Parts: sequence; C-alpha cells; structure tokens
Amino acid sequence: MADSKTNAKLDLKPVFFGKKEKKLLLDPLNDNNPITVQVLGICSALAVTTLTTKALTMAVAVTLVVGFSNLITSLLRKLIPSEVRMIAQLIIIATLVTVVSLTLQAVNYPMYKELSVFIGLIITNCIVMGRLEAFAMANDPWRSFLDGIGNGLGYGVILLIIAALRELLGKGAIFGFKLFGPGPDFLVDTQAISMLHWYTPNNLMVLFPSAMFVLAVIIWLHRTWNSKLVDVS
Amino acid sequence: MQKYRYTVLFVLILSATSALILAGMYTGLKDIHEKNAQLFKKRVILKAISPLLDKPVSSLSDDDVEKIFQEKIQQVVLDMEGNPVDAARVAAAGYKKGDALSVDMAKEFKKPEAERLLPLYVYKKGDKKYYITGVMGRGLWDLIWGYIALEEDKNTIAGVAFEHAGETPGLGAEIKDNPSFGQQFVGKKIHDAQGKYHSITVRKGGAKDPNFEVDAISGATLTSDGVTEMLQRSMKYYDPYFQKVK
Repeated sequence: MADSKTNAKLDLKPVFFGKKEKKLLLDPLNDNNPITVQVLGICSALAVTTLTTKALTMAVAVTLVVGFSNLITSLLRKLIPSEVRMIAQLIIIATLVTVVSLTLQAVNYPMYKELSVFIGLIITNCIVMGRLEAFAMANDPWRSFLDGIGNGLGYGVILLIIAALRELLGKGAIFGFKLFGPGPDFLVDTQAISMLHWYTPNNLMVLFPSAMFVLAVIIWLHRTWNSKLVDVS
Repeated sequence: MQKYRYTVLFVLILSATSALILAGMYTGLKDIHEKNAQLFKKRVILKAISPLLDKPVSSLSDDDVEKIFQEKIQQVVLDMEGNPVDAARVAAAGYKKGDALSVDMAKEFKKPEAERLLPLYVYKKGDKKYYITGVMGRGLWDLIWGYIALEEDKNTIAGVAFEHAGETPGLGAEIKDNPSFGQQFVGKKIHDAQGKYHSITVRKGGAKDPNFEVDAISGATLTSDGVTEMLQRSMKYYDPYFQKVK
C-alpha cells in the first residue's frame, strides 16, 4: 500500500527529463522514424538531398519548425476551438516557416537561393501537421516540444544519410569538399586531379530517381537491422 | 451566431498575431535581405571575370567584392539603340538607385524589346577594359540568365557565369553547377571574320566550329537550346553600343 502511494506521488511530480521524455526524443530516430517507418515527408527528402549542406540546412529548418509549432500548439491546445483546429495549426506552421525563411534569407542568402521553394514547402510537410494532430493537441508543452525535436531529428538523420550517399557517388564530394573523381579544373588542366581519380562521378546519383533507390535501400536495411519493424501479418 | 463568436474571435486574434510578427520581422530584416541579394548578384557578375581576379570568387570576402565594385567596375546602363542613359532615365523605369546593378533583368525581359534597358559593367584591369554584359532567356522550366565578359576587342569571350531559376539538378542545372561548361566559352568569338554578329551555339553531339560552338550538356537539350537562344538574342542587344565605342 505504502509503496503504491509513493509511486503515485512520484508520477504526479513533473519530471524534467525522465524515461518517457527520452523515449519521445529518441523513438523517432529509430523505431518510429518519420521517413523510413511512417514514410512521410518524402517529397522534400527527394528534392533537397543532392548536396549535404542543403540537406543539413533543411533538417535544421524542419526540426525548428516541428519543435516550435508543437510547443505553441500544445500551449494553445485548450483554447483552440475544435472546428477550426486545422486552420489554427496551419497558421502556426505557416508563421514559423516564414520566420525560418526570412531568417535564412538574412543569414545565408546563397543557401536560401539554393533551397528556393523547399523552405516554403515545409508548410505542407506531412510530418509537421501529423505531429500537431497526433501529439501536440493532447500533450503538455514540454513533451510536445521534445516530440517535435525528436521527429525533426529523425527526419534530418535520414536526409543526411541520403544526401551524403548522393553527393559522394554523384559528385565525388561531401559537404562540398572534393574527395574523389576529377578535380574542378580537370578540363583546363588535366594534371589537376584529386585522389581516387579513377572514379567517374555517377550523374544518376544527382538526379531525382536516385533518391528513391537510396531511400528504398535505407528502408530495407533499417528493417533488416530492426526486427521490430517487420510486419509479420 | 453566438455559438461561433469565440471561434471567429480566436481565428482573428491568431491571424492578427501572426501577421504582426511577420510584418515586423520583414520590415526589420529588409535592409539585410537587400544587401544580401546585391552581394549575391555582384558575386555572380564577378564569376564571369573570375580568370582575371587574384582569387576565386568563392574565397573573396564580402568587403573584397564591394571593393572591386567600387574601385574597378564602372556601371553603365544602355538603351536598345546602344546609347548610355543617365540615372534619371533608369530611375524613371522604376529602379531607385539608377545604376546598372539596380536594373532588374527579369523585369526588362517582360518589356517590349525596343523599350528594354541593358546593364553593362566595365571592368578595368591595368589599362585594359573588359565588358560584362547581362543576358536572359528561357530554359526548360524557368528563366535562365547570365553574365558574359568580353575582352577589349569586344569580340572574344573572357568568361561567363550562368544562373537559373529552376532547371533540373544534374541536367539543366549543370550550366551553373559544372564549371567546365562555362569554361568552354572562354576564347570563343561573337563576331565572324567580317565583323558580322554571329553569337555562340551550344551544340548537341559535340562542337564542330572551334570559334562559335561549345558542347551541349547531355540530357539537357532544352536548357542547352535555351542558352543558345539567349546568347543569340541578348548579346546582339549590345552590338550597337560596341559599334559606337569602337
């Protein structure tokens, strides 16, 4: 009796970062990954993964947007009238995406140009809306925030893996550093070659379809490695 | 009606808050955005003369870029007859600052041909002058544009820089991403031996004429054709001016 009482008390006490919070943050990285398990947000995963720097910026932007829209929605969840909750969520997401877009435009203009429409398209990213509906409308702000950050990271990790593979095989570079294949001055000076010069960059990896193959292989490997994800039915 | 009062009020307050935040942020960051856009444009222009610069454009600092523009580049705006126009005329076309940088090529591209204004940048190195012209046309999906630098003879190409709004990465986007595409233009001529305007052709299946042709990008026929059309049409706009300054 005494034991269960203390337990109940413990549960009521707000925990800043307990087991549940840790699970919220780490689950989307593996067991509940938004891209490889829920298969959401594929559009942007295909479009921004030609370069690792692009994918990294996109990952940071999405993580911030999901995290903070989850936080704000959760804070307002008792005030939002249920008949307009989708519209309210959209206003919150659109505001945050525009804030991110304006900030990027001020901080790194070439990157903003490079990502062009895809920053704006975070508004329609299914992951954001999905987390608001599924989690933030029913949970407290801190946990919602963690859930958002976790999902953003889960999205970002997959994006970076795809981008690294595509840039490495398609351009022979990573984060813009030339690792192998002919150097940029190859046509001017045929002596200017970097290491592993026998490798000819495969242009297919720069094109959109390659993102599909790479993603499919990642999903396959992920399911082979994590047997919990295999649907036995 | 009573039933929806709260809902309507909530949506109104939420929208107003959102509008307020965004309007504030937009106004606050406007100057930085404009400065960034200008620097971005300046870097693209410098890319056209990158063989003449001490350092590659990507390793120039923002201050270096501003310095080159202030000290070595003279900005001229031309009308279609090849006459330089003054700042007041440029301002009348809706560009506040009145210099070549403020001329919006996309806006000019939509005007009837006879009314267009042309930006021209004259780069001075030693006692030599290089002429950087601005060109614009259509690629496969969207606008493509670029800057073509000509040597003092106003005939030989010293360097090019292409940009695009939405060509396919790995295909059409190679006009910008692949330095070896732009490299091919160096040394090509825009006039034939008789001094008649000829322009450059981007040829599918390999360049045949060493003076006037470059190799197209495989898989990007329409973008390559767009580049040919753009050069053929827009480089000609500068011809009257070049005839006059000769």
